[in-house]
Amino acid sequence: MIIAVVAAALFVAVSVIFLVYLERKVAGHVHRRPGPFEVGPHGMLQTVADALKLLGKQPLKPDGADPVLFWLAPIVAFAPALLLLLPIPFGPILTGLEVNLGLLLILAFSGVNVLALCLAGWGSNNKWALLGAARSVAQAVGYEIPLLLAVLAVTFTNGTLNLSEMVARQGPYPWHWNIAIQPLAFFIFFVCAVAETNRNPFDLPEAESELTAGFHTEYSGMGFGLFFLAEYTNMIVVCSVCTALFLGGWQGPFLPGFWWFLAKMYVLLLVMMWFRWTFPRLRFDQLLNLNWKWLLPLALINLMVTALVMKLA
Amino acid sequence: MKELFETRQVSTEIAGVDPAADIDGEQTLVINMGPQHPSTHGVLRVVLVLDGEYIVSATPVIGYLHRMHEKMAEIRTCLQYMPNMGRVDYLNPLGWNWAYVGALERLAGIEVPERAEFIRVITGELNRISSHLVWFGAYILDLGAFTPIMYAFEDREKILDLLQPISGSRLTYSFFRPGGVATDVTDSFLKDTLAFVKYMRDRLPMYRDLVTDNIIFRRRCEGVGVLSLEMCQRYGATGPLLRGSNRPYDIRKAEPYSIYDRFDYQIPVDENGDAMGRYRVRMAEMAESLRIIEQAVNRIPEGEHLIKKAPKPLWKAPKGEVYFAVEGARGKIGVYLISNGDKHPYRVKLRSPGFSNLSLFGELAKGHLLQDAVSILGSLDLVIPEIDR
Repeated sequence: MIIAVVAAALFVAVSVIFLVYLERKVAGHVHRRPGPFEVGPHGMLQTVADALKLLGKQPLKPDGADPVLFWLAPIVAFAPALLLLLPIPFGPILTGLEVNLGLLLILAFSGVNVLALCLAGWGSNNKWALLGAARSVAQAVGYEIPLLLAVLAVTFTNGTLNLSEMVARQGPYPWHWNIAIQPLAFFIFFVCAVAETNRNPFDLPEAESELTAGFHTEYSGMGFGLFFLAEYTNMIVVCSVCTALFLGGWQGPFLPGFWWFLAKMYVLLLVMMWFRWTFPRLRFDQLLNLNWKWLLPLALINLMVTALVMKLA
Repeated sequence: MKELFETRQVSTEIAGVDPAADIDGEQTLVINMGPQHPSTHGVLRVVLVLDGEYIVSATPVIGYLHRMHEKMAEIRTCLQYMPNMGRVDYLNPLGWNWAYVGALERLAGIEVPERAEFIRVITGELNRISSHLVWFGAYILDLGAFTPIMYAFEDREKILDLLQPISGSRLTYSFFRPGGVATDVTDSFLKDTLAFVKYMRDRLPMYRDLVTDNIIFRRRCEGVGVLSLEMCQRYGATGPLLRGSNRPYDIRKAEPYSIYDRFDYQIPVDENGDAMGRYRVRMAEMAESLRIIEQAVNRIPEGEHLIKKAPKPLWKAPKGEVYFAVEGARGKIGVYLISNGDKHPYRVKLRSPGFSNLSLFGELAKGHLLQDAVSILGSLDLVIPEIDR
């Protein structure tokens, strides 16, 4: 268990450093510029340098901010992120914590992230941060429902909440995967996942051109660093879950399972980055309309149809 | 949360907002957007009274970049004042160059050589395109998409590279002179300009595919900040705002100056009057400017670029009053100049389009969401130094 937590922490650290570098390179190439190039070969050490810079910065607390809530928020944001990685099957035997209710565990703890954003916004004594927190709560609460419904449809067809078992039931080729049976659920899940991780075009809680930096306006140094880390860890988690649920997890021909898992996960991550550097941001009412008027009814219909087919078959 | 509302009184006093503007007994949130804010593009400050995220009132507060350009005119000679014109609006300096030089020429009755007029048209329209490109990139950035500004700046860079060798600067040009322009253009400049026109024509459809047709972008612009023609007239809004509200008023056609009556071009208008309408007008204007440039480059005559008896730095403008207006990238740029026959003007009044265009923001933003306010503010295409002067 402890080994698993340490391994998860290491995996997070390495992945995040690589992901930030990747995001900058992707952004660079989308912008038709080389991206980071100075620190290390091809700018590989840029993220390390930035992390060191963040560590060295003085953590500032604005006057009138609630000290407990203000410092608690980044920790609350990051702590569950580690836990979320434990039940994910990275390979046939590479699972940190083998539990029957792995999926439930992930869904339950991913909700804690909202609390962190809310605490940060409320505790910073900043109006922009408060607006960001208000947005994040409405957004996260809304998008969690279609996400759950989409997951439920998949669990219906597989009859398990254990992610390892879920992967084992899928085959090595795309037509064996759950995405072939539940394409709509995959679509809903992925859109909600982007919204849950506050990524563009759903990055309203931080919306830099409107709310300066939203909920983390007042954070500097490692406070900001932890939020940053949490965002990327959450991206890894949702993409991993998506891979395990819909894309056959570690299943694949020729290569060992772990590499298949990583490859599928990184494809999803790259799609998220591609979104971020292409789309403008939605307006708040449009964001909620999309959720309540489209995704939620679609997810419900999908669930009903799945249930009906399961009953008849 | 008490501390949160403590600054309320101070902010509202400065902005002259009624602090008792509460709705249905619910307390409103007074929030300062700017002077340091990513979307106010400079040091504009807007005091917003919010009810949730809906705007109850928006009051622009200006003056953070006031540099006394009008006062400076009174202590400098007519020609020494030229560099100031490049600094009033850093995105469209040649428009201001033209307005000021035009005023002096009209006052003194100076004839401008044919070639100089063509050079003015070519450089002026290039500058209009570069100004619109910056606006385009910055506007999409306001709406949350980061990429288009990089593409726009790549194109703008090409214009700056064109103008640098002939004007000597990349941003704050003072290139025009009473009686012509400072330097003659070379054949290679004309050739490169034609190449740029061709290049830019290929880029505009790319912008349409990347941005204009994007469904999220359209939803953020369509029906947002609908500006009626009546409101435009009440506030004196000009330029793309007025044309976006379906009024084809352009100084180049309405009061033709220079040689604009010799070219074949359209004045783009849009009937919707929303942010999308203003966006479409500006995008169409870039294409029209390219047409003007192409015609001007092909028809530029040989000759001198500056008259032999061009005014020297200590030149005395004749006694009198004069008003000259040109169509800048943001609207009507007007210079009203009074001279009493001295070396320096007695008084110069600058009519900047941005000032009028900003003044309607308060009325326009009322009732919109905070995010729409950002969209509206961006669609007005404000350049703060021009507003404060």
